[in-house]
Amino acid sequence: MGFKEDIQSGKFVVTAEVGPPKGTDITRMIHHIKALKGKVAALNVTDNQSAVMRVCTLAIAKVLMDLDVEPIYQMTCRDRNRLGLQSDLLGAAVLGIKNVLALTGDHTTLGDHKDAKPVFDIESVQLLQVINGLNEGRDMAGLELQGKTDFFAGAIVTPEANPLEPQFAKFEKKVEAGAKFFQTQAVYDMKKFHNFMERASKYNVPILAGVLLLKSAGMAKFLNKFVAGISVPDELIQELANAEKPLQKGIEIAGRQIAELKDVCAGVHVMAIGAEDKVPDILAAAGL
Amino acid sequence: MIVAEPKPVEEIKKMLDGYDKVLMVGCGTCTTVCLTGGEREVDLMATAVRLMHKVEGKDIQIGQQTILRQCDWEYIDELQNVEDYQAIVSFACGAGIQGLARRFTNIPVMPGVNTNFIGFNEEYGLYSEQCKACGECILDKTGGICPVARCAKGLLNGPCGGTNNGKCEISSDKDCAWVLIYNQLEGQGKLDQFKQILAPKDYGKAGNIRMLDLRK
Repeated sequence: MGFKEDIQSGKFVVTAEVGPPKGTDITRMIHHIKALKGKVAALNVTDNQSAVMRVCTLAIAKVLMDLDVEPIYQMTCRDRNRLGLQSDLLGAAVLGIKNVLALTGDHTTLGDHKDAKPVFDIESVQLLQVINGLNEGRDMAGLELQGKTDFFAGAIVTPEANPLEPQFAKFEKKVEAGAKFFQTQAVYDMKKFHNFMERASKYNVPILAGVLLLKSAGMAKFLNKFVAGISVPDELIQELANAEKPLQKGIEIAGRQIAELKDVCAGVHVMAIGAEDKVPDILAAAGL
Repeated sequence: MIVAEPKPVEEIKKMLDGYDKVLMVGCGTCTTVCLTGGEREVDLMATAVRLMHKVEGKDIQIGQQTILRQCDWEYIDELQNVEDYQAIVSFACGAGIQGLARRFTNIPVMPGVNTNFIGFNEEYGLYSEQCKACGECILDKTGGICPVARCAKGLLNGPCGGTNNGKCEISSDKDCAWVLIYNQLEGQGKLDQFKQILAPKDYGKAGNIRMLDLRK
């Protein structure tokens, strides 16, 4: 059973993610991967996350597979034009990568190479269409491939976006463009998420709610201030501020959220941001 | 119009190292309107360069002429005694600077401005980019608001996840073009247009050495 089969079987699915390091030393990342092995259905491999230059996604996805962990290959449109994207997708297929998460990508000016030329030749909706084309055996130019791909393509959505309407319209476009699953930005406001799910569920696409591990009250405040589409409620910030061991409290909160989400959506995507080895504790706290 | 900004006087002075007879040419159209390269700005720059030379005890002769446009042979022909100068500084946009370089091939032509974008005159001295000259206008589908020029990523199918309270992820003082588009289309009762998936752009058009031939 793989990620696709799990998600299609209706089982509650857990994914997490690893960020490739900046540099060639992957020791710490391997430690994280091993801690997550067997605990999650698949692991996202981020793509120059936050526009910060790191090891390429393809190489790390291969490292995961060599360790017998299924990757979800994140692909952004920021750094490659349509030739580069398609060529890397074919490469991913050759390596045996099955899952792709199509993203537009953070803007270059938010990262560590602010003077880079941002590409954005195509974007997430169009990338989903491209992946479907490759699955059908043709490239963007309409040319036939010698051997087609068989990707399980997903996308992201921000259920707490403000304003939500344009985001939701884009979500609908992503479904139309062929997204077979969604992972969401971190969800904190359960009422908002319930409302979102009520509207989204009619599209019949599995949605994995984003659960982001809060490590301290300071981190929660930082997210509220600087990260679009995340709003950590004051009660949670207070809970973290009052805790003797904030990280432990964060694990407890994340576990609680997952338990709450269990009956609401198809699964969760746990983002531990550098504390990936705590994911098993979060899942235990959730009773999974 | 085409919007340009003045180059710093130090940069222009450095370009002119080794020349003591220089012509500064203003442009009477776009760069005049955006307060960057008209008669007045040429005069200010010439005065500043002269002063800097004087402080260093050097001598420089700077001629000043402004023509209506530098992107048109008809007006370039109006320039006088250009052959008397060792170098030219053009205060037109990139097209005008190259117009002079094409006409006066024996004389080095320097840029007096940085050409920035095709923009709108928001108020006196404030300009905003509106058009990338992509050659495939889609403003009929986007409520008259261009996402190619006004979305930081040039997205064609809605806002990215970085949009926040109607602002862009790259800066909280820039509007998210896709929220503007959504609101405009909603106001017009045309949200069905938002739902259409727009195909990738044909950069084969925008990326080539473009010519437009309307002669026939």
